[in-house]
This record gives sequence, structure tokens and C-alpha cells, in this order.
Amino acid sequence: MINVEAVYWFIGILFIAWAALIMRDPNHPRRWGSSAFWGLLGLCFFYGTWVQAGTAPGWILGIAVLVLVALAASGQLADGRAKTSTGEQREAFAARFGNKLFIPALTLPVVTVILVLLAPVLNIGKTPILDPKNTTLVALAIGAIVAAVVALLILRPKHPLTPVFESRRILESIGWAALLPQMLSTLGILFTKAGVGTAVSTLATGVMPKGSLLAAVIVYCVGMFVFTVLMGNGFAAFPIMTAAIGWPVLVQQFHGNPPIVFAIGMLAGFCGTLCTPMAANFNLVPSALLEMKNKYGVIGAQLGTAFPLLVVNTALMYFLAF
Amino acid sequence: MLVLIGVLLVIVGFAIRLNPLVVVTVAGIVTALLGGLNPVQILDAFGSGFASSRSVTIFVAVLPVVGIIEFFGLQEQAKTLIGKLAKLTAGRVLLGYLAVRQITAAVGLNSVGGHAQTVRPLVFPMAEGAALRRYGHVPEHIKERIKAHSAGADNVGVFFGEDVFVAVGSILLITTFVDTTYHLHLEPLQLALWAIPTALAAFLIHGFRLLRLDKSLDKEYRKLEATEPAVAGEAK
Repeated sequence: MINVEAVYWFIGILFIAWAALIMRDPNHPRRWGSSAFWGLLGLCFFYGTWVQAGTAPGWILGIAVLVLVALAASGQLADGRAKTSTGEQREAFAARFGNKLFIPALTLPVVTVILVLLAPVLNIGKTPILDPKNTTLVALAIGAIVAAVVALLILRPKHPLTPVFESRRILESIGWAALLPQMLSTLGILFTKAGVGTAVSTLATGVMPKGSLLAAVIVYCVGMFVFTVLMGNGFAAFPIMTAAIGWPVLVQQFHGNPPIVFAIGMLAGFCGTLCTPMAANFNLVPSALLEMKNKYGVIGAQLGTAFPLLVVNTALMYFLAF
Repeated sequence: MLVLIGVLLVIVGFAIRLNPLVVVTVAGIVTALLGGLNPVQILDAFGSGFASSRSVTIFVAVLPVVGIIEFFGLQEQAKTLIGKLAKLTAGRVLLGYLAVRQITAAVGLNSVGGHAQTVRPLVFPMAEGAALRRYGHVPEHIKERIKAHSAGADNVGVFFGEDVFVAVGSILLITTFVDTTYHLHLEPLQLALWAIPTALAAFLIHGFRLLRLDKSLDKEYRKLEATEPAVAGEAK
């Protein structure tokens, strides 16, 4: 059986390979700090297997995570700007391959979906081939590998490791932000352990009429919107509002369908992202890039979509999930 | 109620632009202390939280294939495709871009667009060019509106497209959080599927507004010509 831990080990191997490439790059501005960061992150993906299984102490991984944050915060990380094809070369390649370039990209979702659909019948004897608890993740990793192989076959680069070299370039351009979603997820789990959700729940139930499903759906969606506006991203808002309303009220009390409630809840948060200067990358950076006079102009153009869409999300949740 | 200080820390920390990783870590530590955890328990919580959140970082498994097709000119090819929209009106250029951005994000190709990659060098100049062709001149305040809508089309497209793709942080954050906290067992694909109705609604609402933008620009120019006919005439 291909376990989800195998997927995490694959990711760990990728991080360590990228760290090795950086270590071998003498022109890298932060050669040692950067390779230490990505290498340690890779090791955390291996060690996490035993933490998850409960056979290794979690505090060691906790220290490693704090070291990662310290490396990133103290400026030990830099973009090595790995060598890649030039603009002219890319134009020439694009002219040669045309829309064939999209084939590997489409391979990924197609393979993933096919594997997920076939998973129930893919068995060796009685053992399923794909981890039945994490089918999508395993299918996705296989899809990613198949897509890279398809790309190699269609594009025939000079070096078979081109996908690894090129992904290092993208990873370094993302930098420490690559770790942020996982840290926000960790924060969400911590918040819930410490009772943040319960505290917000107490506040919310104070204003919410008891026993009204519609009121609960509105509080959840609008709460996601407001917390996202305040915190600049839906990732931080989701655990708070879900622990406060989404789980105890919408799922447990009103028996809402969990995937629908949570998926649409997150998207209600995204409406908030359209409205907030806290999401600087999306809303303030472009107005600077476009040399706009009003730096809130982008937000202004998005409000007219964000509010109706929030209403639509609330209605979709109310009608689809219950 | 004291634990809400952690939420406040995140808000303030992000607002004053500290490194988000530091903000998140400090908010986590403070919240855990207020929640009564001792230092070893806090480290433990970070470690086990990190271990159970590893799926959120699965997007890096997609980087090798994206990397190689970028090496062979993915962005250049995308620009050629978007360039075919150039003959339309400003609102329709942006509508076309919205569709391209949303569809590509839905299959995991977030990197074909972006404010630096496509909006500034391509989408805005095309929309502005379309307005120039139609009206003969583009005064500053209208340019400003077209700029805002160019960036807006990119954001709406990517936000409400990427959630249809399973390997995206927001989907995996949901599954990680509810699976860890409530011992549920959700498949990312189910969540991605339920993002589709909102994706369609986003396209309809924003698309409608972009078509209205053309009408509103028509009206604006009629007003301009009525108030300052000389200037408008000269510019033509």
C-alpha cells in the first residue's frame, strides 16, 4: 500500500535535493543559511512520521520548527536566482511547443482524479494500493510524478533532472513564505487547544438567536469574512470560526454536511481577502506595481464583487449543506 | 477570554508588517502560555501541529512539473494566448483574462498569471489599448479605474479558481484542521468539488461587472465630451 507518509517522504527528499543544489552553488548570496533552512525542513518531514505515529517526542520537532522560523526571520534565507532559460530561449521554445506545454500541466489533475475514482477497485489481494484514508493526497503525488515524466518525454530537456533544478528556482523565489501555510495551520491547532474558538463561540452565541439555522450560517460566513479582513487571510480565520460556530453549531447541532460547510466557509473568508489592505500582496502591491494614485483603488474595484459573493456563499451553504 | 490576545497579536503583527512567520510563532507561544501550557508542552504542540499539518505543504510536489514547463516557455505561451484578446473592448479583455486566470488556477497553474507576471506587463496595457482604440484618449481617472479592474480580475480569478484544485493550501488546511481536531476524515477532493458553485458565482458576478464597466465607460466619455468638447476633440 502506498501510504500518505510515503508522500511526505517524497516531499522531504525534494527539500533535501533542493538544499543540496543550493549548497553546491558557490554564487548563492546565503548559501549556508538557505541550504540549512530547506535541508532542516526536509528532515522535519521525515521525523514527522514518527511524531504523527506517537513513537517519537514532538518537542524535538517543535525546536526544529522554531529554528526554521529563526533562520527565516534573521535573514539567513535568500533567493539564489538559479540559472534558467533566457527570455529569447523561452520565446523560441514556446513557438516550437505551443499549446503542447499545457499537456503536462493537465496531466496532473487528470491523473489525480482518475486515481481517486479508481481507488476503491485498485487492490492487490485485499490490500488497497492507495492509502484509503488519504486517497487524494497519494493520488496527487503520483499525478505530480507522472506529469513530470510526461513533461520530460514531450519536452526532452538536455538534463533529465531539469524539473528538480527548475523547481528549486521557483521554491527560492517563494522563499520562507512556502512555510507560512503550514505554520498558520499549526497556529490554528494551537489556538483551538488553548480555547480561542470557545471564547469566540461565547461572544458569538451572545448575539445569535438560539435555534435558528439561518442565523448560525450567517454568523459563520460573516465571521469568516470579518476575521479574514482583520487578519489578512482566511487561513488564520478558519480554525477560529470553525471551532466557534462551524463545528459545534453547524455540524454537530444542525447536522450540516461537513465538506460543504467548510469549503464554502473558507470561500466566504476569501471574499474578505478581496476587501482588506492586510492582504498586501493581493491588494496593495498591485496598486504600487501599476503606479496608481489611490493605493486602495484595487480594493475599491473588488468590493462590488466581494459583497454579493458573500451573500451567495451564505445562501449556497444554507441550501446545499442542510 | 484572555486567549483572544493571541488573535489580537496576529492582527497587530500583520498590520505593522512584521515577518509573518514570527508573528504566527509568537502568537502561538503567547496563546499557549495563556492557555496554561508549560514550555515543553508548547514545543510539543508546535511539533505535533507541524507533523499533522504536513499535507498543507504538498504543493511543492507540483513544483517540478511547473518548473520544467516554465523553462520551456509556459508563461510566454500563456501571454500569446492572452494577447489574442487584444481586439476586444476594455471590459471584455478583462473578462477574457478572468476566465483564463480562473481556469488555469483550477488546474493548478497559479503561476501563469499574477500582478507582476501578467497584469502589469500585459493585461493593463491591453485593456488600456482597447479603451484608447474605442474612445481616442484615456484620461488619468479612467486609466486609474482600468488599472484597479485589471488587478481585481487577477485576484478574483485566482482566489475562486485555485480552490477547485486539490493541492492548494486552503483546502488542505481545512482537511488538516478538522481531521486533527474533530477526528473527521475528509477527502480534499470533496472540498474542491464544493468550491465549484462559488467559483461559477464569482465568474458570473465579476464577469457581469466587467461587462458593465464598458457601459459605464461609454457613459463617462459621453459626459466628458459634453463638458469639455474642445479637449476631447483635440485628443482625437
